[in-house]
Amino acid sequence: MKLLIKAGQVIDPTSGLNAVQDVAIASGRVVAMGAVTADFTPDRVIDASGCIVAPGLVDLCARLREPGFEHESMLESEMSAAVAGGVTSLVCPPDTDPVLDEPGLVDMLKSRAEKLHQARVFPLGALTKGLKGEVLTEMAELTESGCIGFGQADQPIVNTQVLQRCLQYAASFGYSVWLRPQDFWLGQGVAASGPLATRMGLSGVPVVAEVIALHTIFEMLHSTPVHVHLCRISSAAGLALVKAAKAQGLPVTCDVSVHNLHLIDVDMGYYDSRLRLEPPVRQQADRLALRAGLADGTIDALVSDHNPVEADAKNLPFAQAEPGATAVELLLSLAIKWANEDQVPLSRALAVLTSGPASVLGNSLGSLQSSLGQLAIGGVADVCIYQPTAYWEVCDANLRSQGKYTPFGGYELPAQVRATVVNGYVAFDASKEGA
Amino acid sequence: MRIQRNPQLNSNGELIHLLSTEGLSKNMLTHMLDTAANFVSVSSRDVKKVPLLRGKSVFNLFFENSTRTRTTFDIAATRLSADVINLDIAKSSASKGESLLDTIDNLAAMAADIFVVRHGDSGAPYLIAQHVAPHVHVVNAGDGRHAHPTQALLDMYTIRHFKGDFTNLSVAIVGDVLHSRVARSNIHALTTLGCPDVRVVGPKTLVPQDFSHLGVRVCHDMAEGLRDVDVVITLRLQNERMSGALLPSAQEFFKSYGLTTQRMQLAKPDAIVMHPGPINRGVEISSEVVDGPQAVILSQVTFGIAVRMAVMSIVASHEA
Amino acid sequence: MSNTPDTVSKTMAPSASSTAVQAVNNLNAEALYTVLLAGMKSILSNSDQAIRLVGVASGGVWLAQRLQQDLGLDGDIGVISSNMHRDDFAKRGLSATNTQTKLPFEVNGAHVWLIDDVLYTGRTLRAVLNELFDFGRPHSVKLAVLIERPGYKQLPVSADLVAGLADLPPQQSLELTLTADKQLAFDVQTVQDLRDV
Repeated sequence: MKLLIKAGQVIDPTSGLNAVQDVAIASGRVVAMGAVTADFTPDRVIDASGCIVAPGLVDLCARLREPGFEHESMLESEMSAAVAGGVTSLVCPPDTDPVLDEPGLVDMLKSRAEKLHQARVFPLGALTKGLKGEVLTEMAELTESGCIGFGQADQPIVNTQVLQRCLQYAASFGYSVWLRPQDFWLGQGVAASGPLATRMGLSGVPVVAEVIALHTIFEMLHSTPVHVHLCRISSAAGLALVKAAKAQGLPVTCDVSVHNLHLIDVDMGYYDSRLRLEPPVRQQADRLALRAGLADGTIDALVSDHNPVEADAKNLPFAQAEPGATAVELLLSLAIKWANEDQVPLSRALAVLTSGPASVLGNSLGSLQSSLGQLAIGGVADVCIYQPTAYWEVCDANLRSQGKYTPFGGYELPAQVRATVVNGYVAFDASKEGA
Repeated sequence: MRIQRNPQLNSNGELIHLLSTEGLSKNMLTHMLDTAANFVSVSSRDVKKVPLLRGKSVFNLFFENSTRTRTTFDIAATRLSADVINLDIAKSSASKGESLLDTIDNLAAMAADIFVVRHGDSGAPYLIAQHVAPHVHVVNAGDGRHAHPTQALLDMYTIRHFKGDFTNLSVAIVGDVLHSRVARSNIHALTTLGCPDVRVVGPKTLVPQDFSHLGVRVCHDMAEGLRDVDVVITLRLQNERMSGALLPSAQEFFKSYGLTTQRMQLAKPDAIVMHPGPINRGVEISSEVVDGPQAVILSQVTFGIAVRMAVMSIVASHEA
Repeated sequence: MSNTPDTVSKTMAPSASSTAVQAVNNLNAEALYTVLLAGMKSILSNSDQAIRLVGVASGGVWLAQRLQQDLGLDGDIGVISSNMHRDDFAKRGLSATNTQTKLPFEVNGAHVWLIDDVLYTGRTLRAVLNELFDFGRPHSVKLAVLIERPGYKQLPVSADLVAGLADLPPQQSLELTLTADKQLAFDVQTVQDLRDV
């Protein structure tokens, strides 16, 4: 299929390209940019005038709830939500039901996802069987099935000896380990520790829970160098430790969720369970530090942390509500909102959604590594075309995800996706959806 | 679904639910105390009933056991001529897995006018208040560690009765402040009513520094905490605290933080001693003090009925 | 302070069991009080029962105090509030006034005279009677008022002693006040909301 994207403002953070030009795509690859020769006869033309043409978004954390919720067609709804949000590649964490600790489960997930012809799905395998933090999984087998790394989702490994052995084993093969730094015992609370949690009578998660976990991981990395990707940094203190670790040359990368980037503890108002999140959103100083860290490169990627929690699990008293929010369709908009507010250059705002996450995935991408998250001639044709000045309202009707609970409900956000191309195929076209 | 304004008030600023003492103005708190004064005398009449809530149904929904609080709400509602239905949630459908909101919906379908709710989770009454129909009122009888507004109001009534003006008082709240909804509600009420010196006293595990953000003085030493106070409020120490590595034993707590006659000498000679009950004699307070002349604990109970009558009449008289 | 609008003066024979007292044309509270006092003196002189005066909060309280003093009666007056038995609680809630019922005598078997400033719809009186009977079973209850506004009664209650009549339209409210030099005076206001009358 030959596709021509005409007259859009093409931005590629990796090369620094920022120009209004055409993009010609054939056989899943970008064949020409700018001077597209007259003999390129497209089967389809997308008029991108007034739009930004960016590499397709790479979301390092989006839950598809499959395996587990097949009966509710969650895979279908969440995948279509992803491409509607301009996401062309996504990493799903292993906390499915059953846990992604068997190659068969990974095979099944990948093949079902591939059949939908939407975003590329890169599963994270479980680091320990059942995520129980006791027994190693068969990482080589899982990698063969398609896992790009191994993690524990939201279940920290309590036994430090097991953690060390996981790191050592992964290091033997050069696999990446994805960890959310939170001490198990200190992390039992439901809100960020602080004056608000005290007033509201909610059990708190202190910053020290993140700091202790980071220290533990970094100490272990000194003796066992392996790529660790730190998921969902939530505090200024934690971020400072990550910065220092990077300065020391430790092989770490990290991400932050759209929630910690924009919200603080006080936003829960009168116990709004849409703010029941893990990690919890912290205070002003933490938010400021995270925003600065994302702008200056200390943080490599912005993630949606998408979790389509259902109504029954949210319509409960705060502490009982299931943590998580629907977010994959808001990822681009929330990045642009941040960039607009903090005057971050557009190329940086797009980098944290594209080239940044792609480089976190690194050589686990295999041949895709050279061009995923980029727009380059000869590279894969994963494209997100969006209108930067179009605002849209976050409401049930505008969300394709089955999860309707987001703390941004009712917000008007900038940046509306017009079309999403995955592997040269138009996976999402707003004009066809009546959007 | 986002709640914009204080969910306790309607758009005229009138009280439709009582969920917390926090966020209520001094005038509103004073009005509730003044209304309660009206009801104190009802309890000493021959006919202890007034018809203010006749025809209304008050449902007592206690997800946490409490015979004493439930009984006072029961008596208060009965004295207002309301029909009272007590729901024993432990045995009911909630324990069979029915969600909180489904339970509320089922009860509302039985024409409840007022829900008096005690729940183990902070914030549960807010969820309920958002959810109920406009003519239904919610009174929080205690949610998790967050608030116990009627207890705070009766404590304020008691203090006003014995001490008069709040603006020149020193009040010490002693014990497990961290887990106490009574402490939080009292702190908000006292600071709103203009009390200039509120202290929280106890070991660091139970009285964290964070409480200073509520406008109180954090003390870990009884000598500092009780010096020259006019009112001492002792909180109940629960057994669970021993198992959570917060305290080694009840004996050690009593040794360092128990309210004894000797420690009461630090306070003003005419200081009063209060306790929300039930009392653990020999743990947070000695029998001597409980039975002594400075304790006004039984008055608290009497005032509690009048205060709850006032709260229910006030919320029932305002439309959402 | 009090306005004297056009009033229709009527002389009306009060109910048969009380002494005939003639109406006056205007709303001079002090003058009306004089008439009331004369009426009460006359009633007391014709009977030897010990009566208890109970002022209806709030307008009747000053009157009851003055009468108690001027009639030379022993003890304190009672004060009775309609608060707890009002029929408009659902609309108006509890009134802001803090006056509580205080009856410093044995209600059972007592001969009670309720004293109020204005008899209008009769609803306050109904509530006050219910309140009184919560305290015991009086032998008899009578009502003396400074002013009756005829034609607006909504319940079958009546006063045994009326000092004067005032024919005011429902848009106007009538309230007894005390001036700076402790004189009784009537205040006539135009009400915005007829629910408030």
